[in-house]
Amino acid sequence: MFSLFGVPAPLLFGQLLLGLINGGFYAMLSLGLAVIFGMLNIINFAHGAVFMMGAFVAWMLLNYLGINYWFALLLAPLIVGAFGFVLEKTIISRLYKLDHLYGLLLTFGLALVLEGLFRNGYGSSGMPYQIPAVLSGAVNLGFMFLPIYRGWVIVAALVVCIATWMLIEKTKLGSLLRAATENPALVQAFGVNVPRLVTLTFAGGVALAAFAGVLAAPIYSVNPNMGSNFINTVFAVVVIGGMGSIFGAIVSGFGLGVIEGLTKVFYPQASDTVIFVVMVLVLLTRPAGLFGKAT
Amino acid sequence: MKISRRTLLGATAAGAVVPWARPARAADGVVRIGVLNDQSGPYRDVSGLNSVACVRQALQDYGAATRGMTVEVLSADHQNKPDVGAGIARQWFDRDGVDMIIDVPTSSVGLAVASVCREKNRAYINVGAGTAELTGKQCAPTTIHWAYDTWMLAHSTGGATVKAGGDTWYFLTADYVFGHDLERQTTGFVTAAGGKVLGHSTYPFPSTTDFSSFLLQAQATGAKVLGLANAGADTVNSIKQAHEFGLTDKTRIAALLMFITDVHALGLATAQGLVLTESFYWNMNEKTRAFAMRIKDKTPNNMPNMVQAGCYAGTIHYLKAVADMGVAAAKASGAATIARMKAMPTEDDAFGTCHIREDGRVLVPAYLFEVKSPSESKEPWDYYKLLVTTPGAEAFRPLADGNCPLIHA
Repeated sequence: MFSLFGVPAPLLFGQLLLGLINGGFYAMLSLGLAVIFGMLNIINFAHGAVFMMGAFVAWMLLNYLGINYWFALLLAPLIVGAFGFVLEKTIISRLYKLDHLYGLLLTFGLALVLEGLFRNGYGSSGMPYQIPAVLSGAVNLGFMFLPIYRGWVIVAALVVCIATWMLIEKTKLGSLLRAATENPALVQAFGVNVPRLVTLTFAGGVALAAFAGVLAAPIYSVNPNMGSNFINTVFAVVVIGGMGSIFGAIVSGFGLGVIEGLTKVFYPQASDTVIFVVMVLVLLTRPAGLFGKAT
Repeated sequence: MKISRRTLLGATAAGAVVPWARPARAADGVVRIGVLNDQSGPYRDVSGLNSVACVRQALQDYGAATRGMTVEVLSADHQNKPDVGAGIARQWFDRDGVDMIIDVPTSSVGLAVASVCREKNRAYINVGAGTAELTGKQCAPTTIHWAYDTWMLAHSTGGATVKAGGDTWYFLTADYVFGHDLERQTTGFVTAAGGKVLGHSTYPFPSTTDFSSFLLQAQATGAKVLGLANAGADTVNSIKQAHEFGLTDKTRIAALLMFITDVHALGLATAQGLVLTESFYWNMNEKTRAFAMRIKDKTPNNMPNMVQAGCYAGTIHYLKAVADMGVAAAKASGAATIARMKAMPTEDDAFGTCHIREDGRVLVPAYLFEVKSPSESKEPWDYYKLLVTTPGAEAFRPLADGNCPLIHA
């Protein structure tokens, strides 16, 4: 077998695949962020916290009510989405007329409060959540040993990403949403309930993060800090893809997962900085991001 | 309330007086203990509020109030950042009249606070940090190091693993002083026993959550042992993912630092069979059980681990020394208090009777445990089987090898 820069090819293929899997998480999270930013113009710093809530709700459903992973995958996004609905109605909706900075501060504060509450209740070392029996075990791909669950993550992430993209770009509802972002007054004049549309968009973005949280629960320990570990990277992904660009979020999510994965082989110490180096380079050459429209 | 010009002036004048009144706190006869640790990050459950509860329990069990001693306990979150930790320590000493700082996990912060205590001549009982440098090159007349250190872990867990046939290693190392220390010391034992280190991955701390890439690299080397030179939530995630990737079929995991709180987070189904070292286990004997039961209601989420028990024992011993030499003398000099603590044997429910060495090392015995399987566990938190006990005198680095300047002076 050949090798690249001293790294044997099987190992390299394995790392590429792992990068894609992590990229799946980045893509799902940055997708929700991009949707919320694109439609509401809110920089949602609480996104990591709702990702964490998704995982915790799955854990609670299992431990308090005996509801298994598959139902949690459906229920947790609904429950957390409902929480997002209330949040938008009561607090977030007051910010639309203000500067971006206020939204950023408010959601950052919300994230701290949410994480603090879970930390008080459940500690920081995490809760065990087993991989569902059907998805446990692994397959030998020849170049690597792939846990079935990770395979499932990449499939689920792809399906969710494509479905969201289709919903926004190809359906009637999506076109209404996009129109409402461009000119809310005009769309309202056509009899569309724009505030309701905006609330549902926020709830949808939050539900996406919660879905990713449930997917992450069996892999990472379910702990209150799990979201804040992700959120910085995910913001960089959104900026690189172009703020508000759905397609950009998906492509750069997967792409940066791969870049990060490869860095872990060649120079692991830099694996948490490489994404920011890419961000700097992208912003220097294309200030609106790779797929963003210059305004 | 209506604020008149007079009240405003009065308040301003009072405000101006307050900073001048503060230095008097240093000589007011109140003993102040500062518990400095992680209260919001990855080491929160390992130290955190449970350490604070243990310090308070120590005041109660020692009977500070009935002995006429007034003791205050302060606590703060150092966020695992050396600059934040050192800043709080300075503020505590300069403004709040704190006499002793205890706990301070995260080796980088532990070392930073040690030098502040030395500079200000205040007592320092480190329990939570791992680095053996605290009693080595960076030892200080104001420092005591309680429950464990990297040398002890490498010697006990690492040594036992090599003895059991694990002679080729791959390290997964957290990229800061503790991880490097632990890797270096374990490497020493592995190579001395004729084993080999096949490689290592040093990952950014504390921002890494996915270890699969490193696990794959470890797998590719064919090493028999995966040495985890990390702690807390990182260790939990590494072990979880090693299982997921089927690493555990052929590779033994040496969790070089693991606490009972981490075992609890993993669940016995995943953690069973792991071998680890702690110097305290709640279910060891009558006294440890009695201590654990006293503290249990105050820490609803966790049983105490060796760090938290160390905070308890350290506080009791400190109070004994303060009572022995008088509050005024103890408040005047941290180094003198520490010297008195070294001269007395320690005695408490958590660790029994131990001795403190000149370099500040508390010679507690090291216990090598194996994690029970779910069927062996009879009650909540019944997690460990004792394999080997190393007496305190042999559990830690020999005095001569530490290069502590206090010894050669």
